[in-house]
Amino acid sequence: MADPVLTLSNLSKSFGALKATDTVSLTLLPGEIHALIGPNGAGKSTLIGQIAGRIAPDSGSITFRGRDVTQLSTAQRARMGLGRTFQISSLIPEFSARRNVMLALQARQGSPFRFVKPVLRDRGLIDGAQAILARVGLEGRASVPSAELSHGERRLLEIAVALALEPACFLLDEPMAGMGTEGVGTLVRFLRDLKQQAPILLVEHDMDAVFALADRISVLVYGRVIASGTVAEIRNDPRVREAYLGEEAT
Amino acid sequence: MRNEHREYAVNAVLALGLLAVPLWALWANEPFTITLCTRIAVLALAGVGLNIALGLGGMVSFGHAAFFGLGGYVAGILAQHASSGAPILGLPGSNQMLVIWPVAMLVAGTVAAAIGALSLRTTGIFFIMITLAFAQMVYYFAVSWPAYGGEDGLPIYVRNRFPGLNTMRPWDLFVVSWGLLMAGIGVFALIRGSRFGAALMAIRQNPDRAASVGISPFGVQLAAFALSGAITGLAGALMADLSRFTSPSMLAWPMSGELIVIIILGGVGRVFGPVAGAAILVGFEVTFGGMTEHWKLWLGLVLLGVVLFARGGLLGLIAGRERLG
Repeated sequence: MADPVLTLSNLSKSFGALKATDTVSLTLLPGEIHALIGPNGAGKSTLIGQIAGRIAPDSGSITFRGRDVTQLSTAQRARMGLGRTFQISSLIPEFSARRNVMLALQARQGSPFRFVKPVLRDRGLIDGAQAILARVGLEGRASVPSAELSHGERRLLEIAVALALEPACFLLDEPMAGMGTEGVGTLVRFLRDLKQQAPILLVEHDMDAVFALADRISVLVYGRVIASGTVAEIRNDPRVREAYLGEEAT
Repeated sequence: MRNEHREYAVNAVLALGLLAVPLWALWANEPFTITLCTRIAVLALAGVGLNIALGLGGMVSFGHAAFFGLGGYVAGILAQHASSGAPILGLPGSNQMLVIWPVAMLVAGTVAAAIGALSLRTTGIFFIMITLAFAQMVYYFAVSWPAYGGEDGLPIYVRNRFPGLNTMRPWDLFVVSWGLLMAGIGVFALIRGSRFGAALMAIRQNPDRAASVGISPFGVQLAAFALSGAITGLAGALMADLSRFTSPSMLAWPMSGELIVIIILGGVGRVFGPVAGAAILVGFEVTFGGMTEHWKLWLGLVLLGVVLFARGGLLGLIAGRERLG
């Protein structure tokens, strides 16, 4: 079996008496979509924050592309190829859709300490960004400031920005949140293709989407991974049904 | 007319107007008007410096007087050593602007880097307060150090020189100041359009997003803060020569406030915003300063109006909201 792209080993994080992350271990293998599900308050956001580098774990380690990145900053992890999207769209509001993507492209090309060449006349950046926007179907909205895009368009732009990093791993935090049925369908097809490019750790509430997409699922409850396995295994796991799915069925 | 074209038109009016008025004053033999315009140019240059930190980077520094005053002290101290012949730190003094300016920028930029490195660990109101605290430390240091005038400040008896010009003539000094202002604005515009500027503006709007595409906010902000301090320091050196006096009040907090007011009146982040802001400020000082010593009350009311009803300052009022593309 190929080496995992991303490995969490015994990751723990407490806020006071609350164990938001409790000895979580999981792996993300090349070519797979590993979905992380769990009821509200299960600690998914805290876990994502630790993987992305925004929150420092109390103990445990994170290995990304064979390197221990536990001590690295968010920006360093991004430069190593960790492409994330945010649960609540987090873009550069005054920048157009195109310029949001250009920012990611410029960051991937190296140091921001370049003071002379005008960005808005940089054909390489502009054409590159336009091509990426076309992949998510936003090419017609390229000049619109991201603050003026619709909710669904902002979700897509989040993905376009992550794509621009040509990451080794995608970390998608509820990409379907607030999307209509049609939007979810399109996105499911898109993510199925996307995993050919790089594996995806997918945090998602939409169960239909998760069951349609995931190669493996891990279930997080009260900060712990209570079960991990294929779609069929998770569907039939009594603990999961009790903790999570049962709750939904009633 | 599209907003961008309007902005270009306003910019041209500001740049050329600031040149035309003293030119007329030269013809009409009104040296006081020339000096007023020089004052506008120098304050605007200080504002251009602050605008890099505040406008592009969103770093609300309430301590830029420190860099402005340090530039002034570099001009005053080097000039004093040049006239006395005593070396400073083993080097001779100088009364050449072309020597003084780089030294002023280096000193102000270095101090800005040090202050920035500590202050940038905070944000919001804490950043404002800590930059204020550092600037006041520099102020009290200058006041309590008698070697260079202490509380009394440091006079510059003969203005520092610029090759080919007689800086004691108001018009010549104006030309120098206007030229430097245009160069400063050119640098600002270049940075704003560059990759560095894109990173800086992105960090202002959303540091988490910038970090998650691989841009470390701290380094970019620190470089911008140092550059900002250096340009404001350059303006300080010019101001000392203009008033032929380096005063500790250049270092004091009301000066920091004045620079922020200039940026807000003109338009935060706008390329020519500081020129508009400085012109309004000096205009008020001259017009109402003659009538009442409480002229700042009227300025305060205008500032209140701008903050409440015209967030974009004068440039925002004329050219609409800025589009970053």
